[in-house]
Amino acid sequence: MNDSDATVKLVVDGHEIQAKPGEMIIAAAEKAGVLIPRFCYHPRLEPVGVCRMCLVEVKGPRGFSLQPACYLPVAEGMEVVTNSDKAKKAQDGVLEYLLANHPLDCPVCDKGGECPLQDQTFVYGPGESRFVEEKRHYPKPIPISKLVYLDRERCIQCDRCTRFADDVAGEALINFIGRGGSIQVNTFPDKPFSSYFSGNTVQICPVGALTATPYRFKARPWDLEQVESTCVGCSVGCQIVVQSSENELVRYLGLDSEAVNHSWLCDKGRFGFESVNSSDRLGTPTIRNGTAAKEASWTEAMAKLAEPLNRARKRPESIAIIGGAHLANEDLYVWSKLAKSIFGTDSVDAQLGDGLDPRLLTRTNRATIADAVGAEVLVLLSGDIREELPVLFLRLREAAISSGLKIVELTHAATSLTPNAAASIVVSPGQVEATVRSLVEQSGQEPSDPSIAVAKAIIAGADPNRIVVLAGRMNQAGSSLDQERAIATLIDAKPGSKLLSGLRRANVNGAIDMGFVPGHLPGRCALTEGSKELIDAWKQVPTQIGRSTPEILAAAANGEIDVLFLIGADPISDAPDPELSERALAKVGTVVSVETLPNASTRFASIILPAAAFTERMGSTTNVESRISLLGQKLVSFGLSRPEWMIAVEIAAAIGEDLGFESMHDVWRELSVVSPLHRGLSLQALGSPGTREGVLVPVRRSRVSIASNRSLDPVATPGIISVEHSGPPSSSGTGRGSDAYPGIEANASAVESVDSRISGDLLDLLATPNEVAPIGSGDLVPVLRRRLFDGGTMLVRSKNLTELAPAPRVTVGGSTAASMGFAAGSKVTLSNGTSELPDLELVVDRGVADGVVVVDLDGESGLTRRVIQGENLRLTIKLESV
Amino acid sequence: MARFTPDMETRALAVIELYPERRSATIPLCHLAQEQDGYLTREAMEQISELVGITPAEVLGTASFYDMLHTEPVGKYLVGVCTNIACLLKGGEELLEHAEQALGVAPGGTTDDGMFTLEEMECIAHCDKAPAVQVNYRFFGPLGDESFDSLVEELRGGALDAVVPPHGTLSRVHRTSGIAVPLAEIIEARRSGDLLEAERARAKAEAEGAGGNQL
Repeated sequence: MNDSDATVKLVVDGHEIQAKPGEMIIAAAEKAGVLIPRFCYHPRLEPVGVCRMCLVEVKGPRGFSLQPACYLPVAEGMEVVTNSDKAKKAQDGVLEYLLANHPLDCPVCDKGGECPLQDQTFVYGPGESRFVEEKRHYPKPIPISKLVYLDRERCIQCDRCTRFADDVAGEALINFIGRGGSIQVNTFPDKPFSSYFSGNTVQICPVGALTATPYRFKARPWDLEQVESTCVGCSVGCQIVVQSSENELVRYLGLDSEAVNHSWLCDKGRFGFESVNSSDRLGTPTIRNGTAAKEASWTEAMAKLAEPLNRARKRPESIAIIGGAHLANEDLYVWSKLAKSIFGTDSVDAQLGDGLDPRLLTRTNRATIADAVGAEVLVLLSGDIREELPVLFLRLREAAISSGLKIVELTHAATSLTPNAAASIVVSPGQVEATVRSLVEQSGQEPSDPSIAVAKAIIAGADPNRIVVLAGRMNQAGSSLDQERAIATLIDAKPGSKLLSGLRRANVNGAIDMGFVPGHLPGRCALTEGSKELIDAWKQVPTQIGRSTPEILAAAANGEIDVLFLIGADPISDAPDPELSERALAKVGTVVSVETLPNASTRFASIILPAAAFTERMGSTTNVESRISLLGQKLVSFGLSRPEWMIAVEIAAAIGEDLGFESMHDVWRELSVVSPLHRGLSLQALGSPGTREGVLVPVRRSRVSIASNRSLDPVATPGIISVEHSGPPSSSGTGRGSDAYPGIEANASAVESVDSRISGDLLDLLATPNEVAPIGSGDLVPVLRRRLFDGGTMLVRSKNLTELAPAPRVTVGGSTAASMGFAAGSKVTLSNGTSELPDLELVVDRGVADGVVVVDLDGESGLTRRVIQGENLRLTIKLESV
Repeated sequence: MARFTPDMETRALAVIELYPERRSATIPLCHLAQEQDGYLTREAMEQISELVGITPAEVLGTASFYDMLHTEPVGKYLVGVCTNIACLLKGGEELLEHAEQALGVAPGGTTDDGMFTLEEMECIAHCDKAPAVQVNYRFFGPLGDESFDSLVEELRGGALDAVVPPHGTLSRVHRTSGIAVPLAEIIEARRSGDLLEAERARAKAEAEGAGGNQL
C-alpha cells in the first residue's frame, strides 16, 4: 500500500502543507489546521459542491479565482487562499443568500445553540441582510415518518439528507422536489421516510430542518451532558455519545469510528434508549411467595436466595443460568466465575437456542469488519443483515458497490443485500450444507443452478486468505446444525479464510469469550484448556460439559433444575419453544430474574433482582469482530438497581464465598492474567486516547504512533460537545481501523495460545445431521426471520419505536403462491396441525425458495414461536379472505 | 385510468429497451404517462418507478424539475402565451391579458370545463410570428385578440383536432425501435468535409509560410 504514503505539496494561506492525492482541498486544509466553512460537505458523503460556503481562492492559469474547496482535489504546487477579502466577500454573499429564506426562528428551534448555520453566520456572515422581501412559507413542521419531522422553511438545500438516503442507505425515499426558489426536500405523497437509518439524516442536518420525534423540545444543547460509549442495540458495537439532561437520557449521536460505524447508527440503536427512561423499570428487589409479591431490601433478597442455593450446591448440575448476552464483559467474567468456580455448574448459556455452536467462534480465525469489507469474497450464511446488524449492512453495501467486494449469499429468502450480491443462492432449509459442499467440491460437472455456478467460480478464483464467512443464523426455526455444518465445511475447505460473527445480541460475542456458554472458560478455552493462572484463581472448574439453553429448559421441565438464574433473558419469548419454557419455569423451585425491565418470564421468578441499565454503569462490551470498547456511565442507576457483576459478588457472599472483586479494576486485574485473549488489557488502557475505537483482542500489535492532530470539523455531526470526534480521526484514511495500540503490550505467547485452538477440522467437532423428513405436497417448511423492529422488550418500552413493528405477515415464493392459488394481500391462517396463527397478510416474493414459508418473528407477544417449534416441522396455510 | 393500460405498458417496456440503463427511460416514460392521462398521476409515477427501478420520490423529483411534466391535472389544451422580448415588443403582454379575460383564468389556472390551462411562456423560438402562442407545443402566430378568440373556438369545437392532439401527446409517431440513422451517409459526408477542411488548412498554412517569414 505504497500509494497511501504518496503525498502532494500545496500552499494554503502561505503555508506549505502535504496532502494525499485525490483528497479535496477542504479535507487537506482541515488536517493542516485551517478550517474552511461548509454545509454540504460531509466527510462520509460524496461531495456535491452545492452550498458554496467553502469558496476559496485557487490560483490557476489566469490568476486566482473562487473555487469550492469541497469539490476540487488537491494538486502538486496548488496555491490556495482561504482568508482573502475576496473569499470573505464570497462567504458573506453565500450566507446572506442562504438566510434569504431561512426563518431565523432560532429561539424555538431545537438546533439553536449547536447549529452550524447559526455558528457560521456568527463567524463568517455579513451581520446584516439586504433582503426585505417576504420569506417563503410552508406549513411547519410536517412528519415525514414516525420518527422524523421536516421543517422546509429552515432547510438550506445542502443535499446531505438526500445523499445519505440514496448513497449510504440505498433508499431514496426523500428527494428534492421542484426547482429554483420553490425547491424542497420531501417524500413521495403517502410514502413516508420509513428507513431503518432515518435518524442519521437528523444527525447530519446542518440546520434545524430535520428533527427527531424522541428529542423534539426535550433539551437545549447548553444543558446537555455527554459521555462516550458503545451502542448495545446489537453486536456491531457502534461508537456513540450518550447525552442526558436532568438525569434522563435524551439523545444518542453516532461517533465517527473508522473501524466500525463511520458515524452512522440505526434507528433502533439511536432511539432505543427510551427503554432506559421507561416507567416500567425494575428498581427494587422483589420476593414472591406463591402469588404474593413483596418488595424487599437487597439483604432480605439475598437471605431468601441463600437457602435454596446452599441446598442446590450439593448437586451443582441442578443450578443453571440462562442469559447474559446483554451483560458487560466484566459482569460476564464475574458471573462465569460464580457459576463455574463457586457453583461448579457448566450449565450456563448466554445464547437462547437462537445462535450458533460457540465452537464455531472459539475455534476459527476471526475476521474484523475491516477484513470483511476489504475481502475479495464475503460469503453470507446469516439472516438478513439489515434486519439483524444494520450498520454492518451499510458497511457491506458500500464495499460491494464501491470497493469491489464480491458477496456470495446463501439464503432462504431474498435479503437487503441480494441486489448487491455477486451471487445469491436460494436454498431450502436443510440443504445448506449440501449446497456449500457443491460450491467447494472440485467436481468436473457444471452445477445446474446458474447462481451456484457463478458462486463456485467466484470462490474458486479467490485467494483463500481473503475469503470471509459471515456466520449468523439463517433460520430461527428448527435445528441450526445443517447451517453450522455448512459454515464448518466452507472454512475447512478454504484454509486461511476467516469468520466474522453474525451473532446479534448485544454482547453475546463477549459472553462466548468469557466462557459464558457450555463447555468453555474465559479466553475461548475449553473446560480442559484453562490456563495455570485460571486454575490458580478459580480453584476448580467443571469437568462435565453443561447444558445449553434448550437442554436446561428440558431438564427443568423434568424437575432436574432446582435454581435457575435468568440474567437479562426471557426464554418464554426468545427460546425456541415457549410452551416448554413455561413448563420449565413453573417447575423450577427457585427462579431468580436479574433484569432491568419486566418480561414474560419474570412472572415466574420467585426473586427479582433489579439490574442497572447500560448508561447507568461503567464497563466494556465486545462486538462481532472481538473489539472491546467502553460503555460510558451517564446516569445514576435507577432505584436500588446494581450492575450485574456486583449482584454476582453479593450472591457469592450470601453463600459464604468470596469472589475477590471490589471494583471493576479488580475484575480486569484477574481477567487480564487468566485469559490469554485479554492479556495485557485494563480499564485504563481501554480508556486511553489511542484506544478510543476499542481494542481488538487478542492484541496482536502494540507499536504504533497515533497522529496527535484530530479533526476540527464541528459541522459533520452537529451537537457533539467535544469536536474531537466529530470527523473521522485524521490518522485514518487507509479505510481500515487500527489494530495496534499505544500503551498496550502485545503478548506473543498469549496470541499463540488463542491461535493454537483454531481447528483445521471444524466439521469433526459438530454432530452428524439428522434425517430431514421429505416435504409432503401442500406442506411448507418454516423459515423464521428476524426483523429489526420485532416487538422485543427494549422496543416495547421505547415509546417512539413501539409502533414501528410491522404487522404480522407470511411470505411465500411465486410458484408456491401459484400452486396454492392465493394472491398477495390475502389474509391467511398458518397451522401446524395443533395450533394456529390467524390474521396474517400473505406476501409473495420471488426470492423465496419453493415449498418454504417465511414468517417474521415477533418479540414479547411470542405468538409465532408457539406455532413454529421443534425440528422437521411442516406447516399449512389456510385462506381467510382475499 | 392511472397506471398504464396494457397497450401503453407495452410501449413503455419498448422504450426502456432503447436505453442501456433502465433509469434513463424515466423522462420518456413520464411523457408516455402524460400522453395517457394528460398529466402525471401518482399511480403513474409509482408504476414508472417500478418499471425503471428507482423510488417514487426520485420520479417525482425528476418530474417536478421539468416544466413540460405536470404532476397536477392540466386542461386538454395547454395554452402558452409568450411574453419574452420579441413577443413583448409586438404586444405579447396585451395578448396575455386578453387571454386571461377570454379564458377567465390567470396564468397557471385551468378553465372550469377542463379544456384550457393558461401559461405565460419564456421565448418559444417563434419570434418571426410574434406575438406567438403555443398550444400543446404546437405554434400559432402572430395572434391578436380576435384571432386568439377564434383559435380558442376552433380548439373547443374540435376543428383543430387533426393538428393539435390533447395535452401530453408529444408525437403521433409511435416508435418501437431507435430512429433509423443514415450512418453511412453521415460518415461519408463528414469524411469529405474533413478532407476539404484539411485541404483548406494546408493551403492556408502554405500561404502563411510563404509570406510569414517577413514578420
